[in-house]
Amino acid sequence: MLIGQLAVRLQGLLGGVVFPAWDSRTTEDFYAAAASAMSRVQVPCHIKGAVALQVGDVRTVQGRPGVLVIDVTFPTAGPFELQEITFKNYYTAFLSIRVRQVGSPNQSSNKWITCLRDYCLMPNPHNEEGAQDYVSLYKHQMLCDMDKVLELRLILRQPSPLWLNFTLEELQFFQHGPQSPSSAFTKWLSHPAPYEQPALLLQQALPDPDKVSSEVQQMWMLTEMIRANRTTARIGRFDVDGCYDLNLLSYT
Amino acid sequence: MLQEEEDLSLTIAHIVQKLKGSRLYSQLERQAWVSLQKPEIKLESLKEDIKEFFKISGWEKKLQNAVYSELTVFPLPRHPAAPPEHLKEPLVYMRKAQGSWEKRILKSLNSMCTELSIPLARKRPVVEQKELLNKWNEMGTDEPDLSLFRPVYAPKDFLEVLINLRNPNYENGDHLNLKTHLGLIQVPLKVKYISELKEFFIELSLNTGQLGIDDATQVPPELFENEHVRLGQKVLAEQDSAAAQQYIRQGSPTALRAELWALILNVSNQPEDLLYYEQLKSNVIQHDLLVDSLIYKDVKLTASNDDYYFVFEDYLYQVLLCFSRDTSVLGHFAYNSASPPKSYIRGVIPFHGFSMYVAPLCFLYHEPSKLYQIFREMYVRFFFRLHSISSHPSGIVSLCLLFETLLQTHLPQLFYHLREIGAQPLRISFKWMVRAFSGYLATDQLLLLWDRILGYNSLEILAVLAAAVFAFRAVNLMEVTSLAAAEAVLADLSTLKVMPLLQIFLFATIT
Repeated sequence: MLIGQLAVRLQGLLGGVVFPAWDSRTTEDFYAAAASAMSRVQVPCHIKGAVALQVGDVRTVQGRPGVLVIDVTFPTAGPFELQEITFKNYYTAFLSIRVRQVGSPNQSSNKWITCLRDYCLMPNPHNEEGAQDYVSLYKHQMLCDMDKVLELRLILRQPSPLWLNFTLEELQFFQHGPQSPSSAFTKWLSHPAPYEQPALLLQQALPDPDKVSSEVQQMWMLTEMIRANRTTARIGRFDVDGCYDLNLLSYT
Repeated sequence: MLQEEEDLSLTIAHIVQKLKGSRLYSQLERQAWVSLQKPEIKLESLKEDIKEFFKISGWEKKLQNAVYSELTVFPLPRHPAAPPEHLKEPLVYMRKAQGSWEKRILKSLNSMCTELSIPLARKRPVVEQKELLNKWNEMGTDEPDLSLFRPVYAPKDFLEVLINLRNPNYENGDHLNLKTHLGLIQVPLKVKYISELKEFFIELSLNTGQLGIDDATQVPPELFENEHVRLGQKVLAEQDSAAAQQYIRQGSPTALRAELWALILNVSNQPEDLLYYEQLKSNVIQHDLLVDSLIYKDVKLTASNDDYYFVFEDYLYQVLLCFSRDTSVLGHFAYNSASPPKSYIRGVIPFHGFSMYVAPLCFLYHEPSKLYQIFREMYVRFFFRLHSISSHPSGIVSLCLLFETLLQTHLPQLFYHLREIGAQPLRISFKWMVRAFSGYLATDQLLLLWDRILGYNSLEILAVLAAAVFAFRAVNLMEVTSLAAAEAVLADLSTLKVMPLLQIFLFATIT
């Protein structure tokens, strides 16, 4: 029974691995491999709405606020070590980050410390350059250690009066994951099924388990080799039958 | 520093992956196997000996050229969180504008199909196939009835789309402020100032020799021209793409131009390329596409009527018909903000004047398959940016904005005058830039201009030249009182010399 399951599961795995799709999948795989090497895990966070800082009364003063503050808390995760922050920029020119960490035992209250000061996202705040880019900030770019982060405060600045809104989107925070080198292992392989009674199996004519397992190992090696040799070069020409019989182009 | 190392290793991995399946990879492998038989290769230092062998036999140069070509053409791998559309075009509103423009083109194409009751694609009957094969080298002689066809769009339609491009997050208020755009383009893209342009185009400066200026008959050739030609021959002997690209910034001697361009674009005449072209040709013969009729119409309207290019009519058909069936062109859509229509038609729909991209190349290359490859490389590197909406610095939107900014900054009186009489300068110069000046300049001048496009790997020089032309004819333009009169002043550019104009505008204008 177990061997039958093994064969079926590997069939599925082979089907998925031997004929990879092109371009986007291969780049993602590289990143996935790199990520698993770095092994980062997303930390669930609660992002409070942006608060604009403005001098004077918001309703009467003309002009738009140039400073926004976004508070991020981590209610479910305890103090953690921050590895990486990723986000998509939306017309923010400069970013500062302040962090509140678990302080040393003799300090009564936790202080806010600036860990990133005026990080430039848009080289020229009046132009579109960098306005909608995806950005990653890493631990080594911060001014202080990020060992036991409790809360973060992101201070966004956009000095140009030309933009109607500015913010950061798709904020994500990552911490160090467990150091597992072979994260490519599927779950069911690392949690083997409990030992089953072989008595029932002997009644059916099944192949020799050792032979099957060695063949399966060879198949696995072949797939690993093919996966390692994956390229993005085109095979060349192929024609799809009936592809020239069309009358109208679709809009979607 | 850690980040830079990571980026570098990512780039290297990306390029290795791209080159791994290519012909060059298998050739290098074969060469390495063959080299094992040589006595110089010893087992103890196998790796170093093979590397040395590659260096001596010139294969390392070929690999260098391939890597350089990959770096130049393809943008670096994107941030892992960014979707593929972000690589094509990072700004969302531009992607949307490009999408709706494409829908309009497709609607127009579909309505033409239904009006004329012609299928988009059909398989040719055998008799017709034989006929076409016989006539392959003289397709210009048959006169199909194309009166009902009209070009899908013309550059001025595209200009209207660009004029209406708006960023929803931008202050487009009625009151004039610091950044009001007085020109037609209303999006705040980054364009270079003239000081940045001077740095960028430093090889065009007054104290550097240029072909196009320093090879005039009055200048003795010993001063510059002979040395430059000798240098060019050396570059070709070395077969180094990067060196050729640097060399061609000062212009290319006519005799060496064809080879230099092929070296820079990394196009070599391998038997596989010839085979690929033949296969495309057989695709043309077997199937008839509606796009073919559009190509015919375009060639008849533009290139055939041009004094310089009408002789190349047959070549143009041979290249463009194959181009419309080439699947490898689809690869460039990864970094082009446009998308191909959802069908088997190769995604480029020709517009009025499209054939003018190919026509000047016919002066350099006489073999259809080499001509085809050069055109395809030029298209996927440069020309596609001239008719798709994107924020790339060489994209047509940035070029238009650069032109208008240069004119406003350095010829404010002229700009104001033209604006007052209702002759916005971009309306006149747009058609020059969209066609990369092909058909407007004399051919030798055009080829000198395209030398610089290849040398600097950027189309910004088109905007600078457009501004320089306006500067040159400024005195006449100040006296006109209508758009038609302004167009008349700028109608004929065939007598202009490109390089002196560029040099004066960039380096000799008092600002």
